[in-house]
Order: sequence, then structure tokens, then C-alpha cells
Amino acid sequence: MGYLTRQLSGRTDPASDAGWQEAPERKGFFTDTSVCIGCKACEVACKEWNALPMDGSLDLSGDSYDNTGDLGASTWRHVAFVEQSKGRIEAARASGRALVDLGMPTVGSPSASPSATASPSPAASPSPATSPSPSSGGVPAGYGTLPAPQEHGGPSLGDLLTEKSAVENGADPLSAGGGLGTTVDGVPMVGPLPEFRWLMASDVCKHCTHAGCLDVCPTGALFRSEHGTVVVQDDVCNGCGYCVGACPFGVIERRTDSAVSVRGDGHVPNVGVAQKCTLCYDRLSHDQEPACAQTCPTTSIRFGPREDMVEAARERVGQLHEQGFTEARLYGANDDDGVGGTGSVFLLLDEPEVYGLPPDPICATSKLPEMFRTAGLAGLGLLGAAAIAFVGGKK
Amino acid sequence: MTTSPFDSYRPPDGSVRKRRRRRGGSGRGPGPARNWLNRDGGGTREAPAVPDAEFSSYYGRSVIKPVPWDEKIGAYLFLGGVAAGSGLIATGAAVTGRETLRRNSRLTAMTTVALSGAALVADLGRPERFLNMLRTVKLTSPMSVGTWILSAYATFAGVTTASELVRLVSPSRPDASGSPSRPDASGGEILGHRARGVAMTDDLLRAADRLLTRLDAPASVGQALLAPPLAAYTAVLLSDTVTPVWFEARRQLPFVFVGSAAMASAGLQLVLTPTAQTGPARRLAVLGAATDLIAMRQFEEHLAEWDLDEPIHTGEAGAKLAAAQVLTVAGGLGSLLAGRSRVVAVASGLALATASALTRFGIVEAGIESAKDPKYTVGPQKRRLQERREAGKVHDSTVTVR
Repeated sequence: MGYLTRQLSGRTDPASDAGWQEAPERKGFFTDTSVCIGCKACEVACKEWNALPMDGSLDLSGDSYDNTGDLGASTWRHVAFVEQSKGRIEAARASGRALVDLGMPTVGSPSASPSATASPSPAASPSPATSPSPSSGGVPAGYGTLPAPQEHGGPSLGDLLTEKSAVENGADPLSAGGGLGTTVDGVPMVGPLPEFRWLMASDVCKHCTHAGCLDVCPTGALFRSEHGTVVVQDDVCNGCGYCVGACPFGVIERRTDSAVSVRGDGHVPNVGVAQKCTLCYDRLSHDQEPACAQTCPTTSIRFGPREDMVEAARERVGQLHEQGFTEARLYGANDDDGVGGTGSVFLLLDEPEVYGLPPDPICATSKLPEMFRTAGLAGLGLLGAAAIAFVGGKK
Repeated sequence: MTTSPFDSYRPPDGSVRKRRRRRGGSGRGPGPARNWLNRDGGGTREAPAVPDAEFSSYYGRSVIKPVPWDEKIGAYLFLGGVAAGSGLIATGAAVTGRETLRRNSRLTAMTTVALSGAALVADLGRPERFLNMLRTVKLTSPMSVGTWILSAYATFAGVTTASELVRLVSPSRPDASGSPSRPDASGGEILGHRARGVAMTDDLLRAADRLLTRLDAPASVGQALLAPPLAAYTAVLLSDTVTPVWFEARRQLPFVFVGSAAMASAGLQLVLTPTAQTGPARRLAVLGAATDLIAMRQFEEHLAEWDLDEPIHTGEAGAKLAAAQVLTVAGGLGSLLAGRSRVVAVASGLALATASALTRFGIVEAGIESAKDPKYTVGPQKRRLQERREAGKVHDSTVTVR
């Protein structure tokens, strides 16, 4: 692929593509939502470090514990709260299994792998190369690893253990596990699903490999940092708002007057200017990690070289699959996706749209050559029409 | 997993309200009578809040953010289109020697391109922010490219307009201005100064006239060549976002926009110029209206195929686009059949210009509406993903296992 082609889509190293010489390793986040406890410390740490004003009013949204709503000009980390009943958990689990059956790629595998694209039969088991052999070695997996629920809240730990030993002693796994199926590695599951669960996920700017916001910025206010991240310079931004429409994840936003000031003098900085997560560019320059990652008490937010983050994500999702959480999947770790892979990688426990993430984001500029060609054709048509209008007959 | 002993009092899953939760406290759905144990959203905060099963979204919140653009951007698109079409008409009129048409369309082009720039500056908030954009050239940004197209076009339009203005007041062309350009010698002692001043002005005008006569032709050609990009780039400007209606319509929008530009500018010349010289404008108006209708039809069909046609058929945007369609047909037929009737020409011209403006506003609003509802973002994306997966192509998904 040529240099110009690489600018708009496909795998690439964004920092060196942007002209950085001897750029440091690309940095990124790995947000593991399976260990997020929804404490919102990341939101607070981000607000504090970046001196962000308050967003909106103090009203409660009624959307579970989420009173922040979404990412925006003054919210660069946002914790989502999703409440799910048993039915939804089952659906999430089934969709995770379906991904495996489809032969979805594993991170880092070459895109041209023929086995991945060959007939995605639902019966096909994952190829041995892609599934790390479960350490449990045929021992039933299940939700028994969770804390035992209280009375009326689900099965007791004792019941689970009885079931587990029954399966281990050769009982039919389907009847023992109540027809709960198997993990992605084919290990029979025991223990019913919980009646209810909370999904908590800390969302952030994805720092895309092909960032729509960066591509369409007409002033150069958005730039690619040496760490491969995307940063806005608020003194250059002219507030046209084009980046807002170009972000496939709905992250960047123009700050408006309705932001309430947290300062005594009533001054809100950078009104009318696009704002988003900088991945703490100022801290990175001093070998510090971003405020949100440093403050996260459960290591749900991890920060480091992107390759390491993807590796960690891969390990973790394997671990969860082994335990029977077939709903676990990675988001943004694939360099062949519509934005060339994201700098911030997520481990999700349901489909992306459940968390308010797009299921198939595409950087709009990847279609820019096609758009310019169509516009060129239309323009030639206009020129032709005008010529016809003037040449066609003297009246 | 639940941990509260009160959980057994919770209503079973089926009775949980099926409503958009953003509505807040009002409009609770049918369910068990509210009391202190099972009220949802009350003091317990333990009630399961299951989103609608048919469509997964995060509390109905939009996935993407709508562009923060208002009617100023619609006006900017419309005026830019009129400026582009007028430039083409002006050059055609200059080549074929239609003096009034040339003068009127040149002045229209300059006025609209200036107003278009003013609308953009008003949207940005401060004039220097426009200049800020001229500090860089970015081919990946249709807005940067467009700013340069607009500036270059305005430069050429400025030259042709100046040439037209000088022609109007130049002493070497006394016929151009009806009244004598020289005031009567009625003053007393200031007569001398006054006469010298007038003579200097005359000299300047003659020099300007000579210069502009030389620049006129190249500027006219430049204006004509920059007009198509000016009319078409705005479609790319809209399509190069993730706004569902604009992005999915990226193959149809440029044709809608050039057709709209042609009919609006030709329509305005039908209003401004006597019918003796508007033959080409009439033909351009008909061609533009036909293009606009066909392109809009394809635009609608394509969006309907992707279940995205609701925003362009409902609400204010839908009303505007429907009105635009009616006016386009009426104006197109009017200009086709107007003959030498000035009244019909003016009426159809106004109809076409209004239709074009309504089209621009309608498309901008429909796009913004489509960005606000997550179903327009998630629906087409899921379908796109599904189609790829059914074709056996799974390597380019953003979701991966392990």
C-alpha cells in the first residue's frame, strides 16, 4: 500500500504516518469492563486533572447510576451503567458464542487467514491454534467463581458445588448443568445464570488509527501526537464543529455556554471550542500515566504501549471464556476494522450498542476518494449542462 | 447478581415498563400498582431497568453526536450553490454576448458568494476564524478544500464584478450610466478643486477599466471552472461525516446539489433578467430541476433501502423536502413553458430558488435528526456487519473474540 492510501484506511502506524521521526511506542488504554465497579473515580480524576467544568445541571437522569450521560466537551471519561435481566444475559452470552462460531478473528492474526473466511458453519469449533487450551482441562466451568448470592437471589454456593462435582463424576453435563451448554472451549457449564447483573464500563476517546475528527479538521487544531494519540489545540480550533460530525464514536464535542462553571469567578474556559480526551498528553510527556488509569482502583483501566494493552486484553478475554463468560469480547483491537483499530481497547460483556458504542464504526474519510470522484462527476455534469444551455439554440 | 432480600418483591421481568427511559418520571407504563416495595426509580433503586429487547441502545441515547450546525450552514450551502450557478451563467452570457444577463448574473454571483462567506463567518463566530482556516491546506478535509475553493471563486468573482461596476460608472462608457457622471459646474471657489478631483477619478477609472478589460476574460474562465467544484464540494462536506443520512447518501448527494445549484441560479436570472436574454437560463433551469428531481428520487430510494428514509419524510425536514419537490416540478414546468411571459418566468424562477433553499435546509435538518436517534446509527451498521458476515467476511469487524 502506498503512503497516500495508508493515510485514510487500513493498518498503519499513525505516529510515523503523521511524520514523527523515531516516535515512541504507540500508547493506549485497555478498559476491562468485567472488573469495573462503577466508582467513577476515573471521571473525577479526569475532571480534576484537566480542570474541566461541570456538564449540564445537577439533575438525576434516572438511567441507573449514570447521571453523566455521555462523553462530551467537559466529560472525557464516562462510566456507563447497564442493568440486565437474565434474558439479556442469556442473549449476550449467545451472541458471544455466535461470534466464535462465525470464526471471528483473534487479535493479531493475519487478515488473509483462509480458515477464518471459510464457510462459517455454526457447528465448527474454534481452531486449536486460536483457542488456548483451557487450564481446567475439561473440568466444568461456570458462574460458581462468583460470590454466593443471598437468599432468594439465586442458587446457593452449595448447590453449585454439588452440581459441579456431579459433572466431574461423569453425570451428563447437560442435565447436571440444567442445559446450560458449554464454554467457547467446549467445557460444560454448571450453575445457572444470575437473575440480574450490572454492566459498568468506563468509556473514553478511542484515539483511532484513522481518526475522522483529525482528518476533517480544517485548521490543523487536531493533531497526531508522537504517542499515536489525537489531541486538540484549543487555541487553534475555530469552532466549526466539523470534527463533531466526523467522529464515529460521538466523543468530541464543542463546549457550549450551558456548561456550568466550577470556578468562583463564573468563567468557563474554551467555550465554542472542540474538546476531548487528550490521553493526558501533558502527563505522558513527563512519563506519567493518564489520571484515570492511575486512579482506577480495580485496574479496570490500564494504560501502556498499545501492543501490550492488546496482549493483555487477549489474555483476559481468554481467561473469561475459560470461566464460562462466553459473552466476553474485545472491541477496537482489530487493526482491519473501519477505523484501523483504536488506541483504546475495550473488553465488553455484551454487544457494543448496549454500551452506546457503534457496532461497526467507519472513519468517513476512508470513503473520501470515492466521494470526491462522485462530486467531480457531478461537477462535470453541471459544466456540461451549462454548455448545453448556452449552445443549444439561439433564443 | 442481586444481593438484596427485597428482590423477591420485584415484579417479574415481563411486567417491567417498556418505554423510553429518558422520559423521566412521567408516563409510567402499565404494571403492578406502585407501592413502597415495587416502585421503580424510587428509594430502592433496585428495580431492573431492562432496555427494550427489540433494539439495544444505551437508554436511547445517540451513539454519535449531531453536528452543531444551524440554519446558517443551510444558508451557506444554498448561497454557495447560487453563486456557483450564477458564475457559469455569467461566463456563458459573456461568451455569447448577452450583456444584461452577464451583468446581472455576475452581480448575483458576487453577492451570494459574499453572503455565503458571511454565513460561514457567522457560524464560526468571529471573522478571524475564517482566516484561521486559510493557514493550512488539508486535502482530507472537505471544509479546508472548500474554503480554498470559495476564496478562489470569490477572487475571480470579485474581478468580474469590479469589471462590471467599472463598466457601469466609467466615463469612457457614458451609455452605461444613465445620469451624467460629471456634476454641473455650479460651485464658486471650490470649482477648481472639484474639477481636478473629478479628472483624477476619471483617470483612475480609465486605468482600472483598461486593467479590468484585460483581466475580464481570464477571470471569467476561472469563475466558470471553479463553479462546479463550488457547487459540488458541499455535498462531500456533508457526506464526509458519520451522520447516517449524509454518509449513506454519498453517491446521490453531489447530483442533488449541482442540480439544485443550477435551478436556483437559473431561477434567479429568470427573475432578474428580461426574457429576451434568459433563453439559456431557462434551459439550465429545466436541466437543473430535472437533475434535482431524479437525484432526489434516487436519494430517497437509497435511504429507504437502508431504513433511513424516516428523517427525510417526517418532521420539519420532511415537510421542507416535500415542499421543495412540489416547487421544483412547478418551477421546472413553468420555465419550460414560460415562453416570453415575464410573469411566468419570474414565478417559476422564484419557485425554483425557493425549492433549492428548502432542499438544502431539509437535507441539513434531516441529517441532524438522523444523528440524534441511535436506531439510524446502529441499524445500518448492524446490517452492514451482518451482510459482510453472511458473505463470509469477518476479518474487518471491530469486535473480536480473543
